[in-house]
Amino acid sequence: MEYILIIVSAILVNNIVLTQFLGICPFLGVSNKLSTAVGMSAAVVFVMTLATIVTFLIFQYILVPLQIAFLQTIAYILVIAALVQMVEIILKKISPSLYQALGIFLPLITTNCAVLGVAILVIQKDFNLVESVVYAIATALGFGLALIIFSGLREQIELNQVPKGMRGTPIALVTAGLLSLAFMGFSGIVK
Amino acid sequence: MNQWSNFTKGFIKESPIFVLVLGMCPTLGVSSAAINGVGMGLATTFVLAMSNLFISALKDFIPDKVRIPAFIVVIASFVTMVDLVMAAYVPALHKTLGIFIPLIVVNCIVLGRAEAFASRNSVISSLVDGLGMGLGFTFALVLLGCIREALGSGSIFGYKFINPTSDGILVFVLAPGAFITLGFLIAFINRFRKTS
Repeated sequence: MEYILIIVSAILVNNIVLTQFLGICPFLGVSNKLSTAVGMSAAVVFVMTLATIVTFLIFQYILVPLQIAFLQTIAYILVIAALVQMVEIILKKISPSLYQALGIFLPLITTNCAVLGVAILVIQKDFNLVESVVYAIATALGFGLALIIFSGLREQIELNQVPKGMRGTPIALVTAGLLSLAFMGFSGIVK
Repeated sequence: MNQWSNFTKGFIKESPIFVLVLGMCPTLGVSSAAINGVGMGLATTFVLAMSNLFISALKDFIPDKVRIPAFIVVIASFVTMVDLVMAAYVPALHKTLGIFIPLIVVNCIVLGRAEAFASRNSVISSLVDGLGMGLGFTFALVLLGCIREALGSGSIFGYKFINPTSDGILVFVLAPGAFITLGFLIAFINRFRKTS
């Protein structure tokens, strides 16, 4: 039950992009086409889950015992950067087709603040390892959901006549605002 | 380049938010009130100026292949400093800004300036560039914060200018208001830039 609450809350109620404003750069940057949005979402699910597990273990078993928890930010960003690089190299070796699909998104993920954000949030929320993993997967799915809906909307906008001054970023932001308004309908499901 | 134009380019001409559309997460996340914009903007300005200064000074010692991780370590050190100092001296503001303080590390503006400017310009120009970009970012945050606070709670910097018992248009301080206000603000600034 507790896990279901975490999942519903992370995907719908406290959607990472639309209500917590994390990961806006890829949300605006790679949402022009549906196919790239799907690729990016898959890469984020993969990296976010892995990064949360690794940073959680590093926090509990290295930073806390050595009493250097204040180095959290530095340690996390290095771990995430190294992890992404490693995933890239391993994928290239063992699964070239998956690498083809996700490859170009992986370097972008290092600066996706949602990944670092989730790694820090699970510590702030005092989750245990299983809860952290569930939270990370659900958050990444929420990110994917928002990104895929948004890219579908943007493909439609491309076909319409947008006023000159609103073309590009402004209309994208207003659309995101309306999408966020729709997601606010879920607030209240979970406290 | 003339240092003054180097400093002022961050406000409108190359504004990180309105023109380059970088650093959107803190922009949308903390601009629900003008005062939060000031806090976040100044914290980012400090990190930008100091990391630009150090990266520019160290640029001849950092091997080209590992420059990105090296930049990130420099940036993360200054972010940790800001985080700890703010937690000690302005705990209330630190609490409001919350997760967005450690996330200055992954703010594209900071790494972007390090890579695009500080790694190939002199120490003084890099410092000026960092300060200009940081204050331009602060300016954008405060502008957005003022508009959202005025519409959403009927106050600016906490001073209420409507009937104290009534509320503003609540949606502007909530998440959707952030996206919509910024969208219209960028459209407005685009028009202003093209005519001037």
